[in-house]
Amino acid sequence: MSFVPTPISRFFHRMASPPHFYSLTNKLLPWLMTIFILLLGYGLYGGLYLAPTDYQQGDSYRIIYVHVPAAWMSLFIYVVMAMAGAIGLIWRIKLAEIMVISSAPIGASFTFIALVTGALWGKPMWGTWWVWDARLTSELILLFLYLGIISLYGAIEDKRRASRAVSILALVGVVNIPIIHYSVEWWNTLHQGPTVTKIDKPSIHIDMLIPLLTMAIAFKFYYLIALLQAAKVELLRREQNSQWVRSMLETET
Amino acid sequence: MNSFAEFILMGGYAFYVWTAYGIAFIVLLVNLIMPVVQRKQFLRELALKQKRIRQ
Repeated sequence: MSFVPTPISRFFHRMASPPHFYSLTNKLLPWLMTIFILLLGYGLYGGLYLAPTDYQQGDSYRIIYVHVPAAWMSLFIYVVMAMAGAIGLIWRIKLAEIMVISSAPIGASFTFIALVTGALWGKPMWGTWWVWDARLTSELILLFLYLGIISLYGAIEDKRRASRAVSILALVGVVNIPIIHYSVEWWNTLHQGPTVTKIDKPSIHIDMLIPLLTMAIAFKFYYLIALLQAAKVELLRREQNSQWVRSMLETET
Repeated sequence: MNSFAEFILMGGYAFYVWTAYGIAFIVLLVNLIMPVVQRKQFLRELALKQKRIRQ
């Protein structure tokens, strides 16, 4: 059977080719950055200034606009990372392997932000920075998973073998994701239940919800920007002996 | 929020709110700057290495 390249398969082949990915990334980044800054600006203005004060929590609730989107990102990035890991393991696509390891520090950062802003919200509302309840503990385990992936990758010299190892670790760690999500329903926790993702009707005022969703979308764009930036470095490291890096070096420097 | 002062004071929760946003801002900024610094440094080293090989 002969392989006839269709426009779609040609598109994917070009996308997965490192030099094309590199130049496309350079063209995309200014646009992504512009969208991110606009969304972030509106999200912060809406959340910190326009949104009404909460009748129970006063203005302390405004931490929600960084806490909840960061916590969502900590889960979202983990799932993307594990999926990229699976793609890398099955099809041996170099770019997928690069996405796994480039995602890990960003995911760890969002998990850290979720935990720290949660503590800063918990202190005035619950009277304590930290409790060992299901939601907080499972989120802390997520941080350790990210850190474990980063250090395992650093410990293995051969980067293709390192990628396979961290992809397997990332896939095993996926069990933690539903545990984090449903922890507030399965166990009695101090952490409040879901307010936005309830199927029937979110129990949050629309003026509070819009900036929250704006921040969530802004963080998605941030992830894309940070991911592409980190992927460029990783790609250069791995492809340093290839022709396209050499010719780029001659034109850029 | 009716005034700028109210915005800064955050109904008495200024410390918690602004610390949360400050830490998040720093962590996210570092994540954007680090790869740019690393890439420039790597390209510089690589250019030096190639120059040495050619000589």
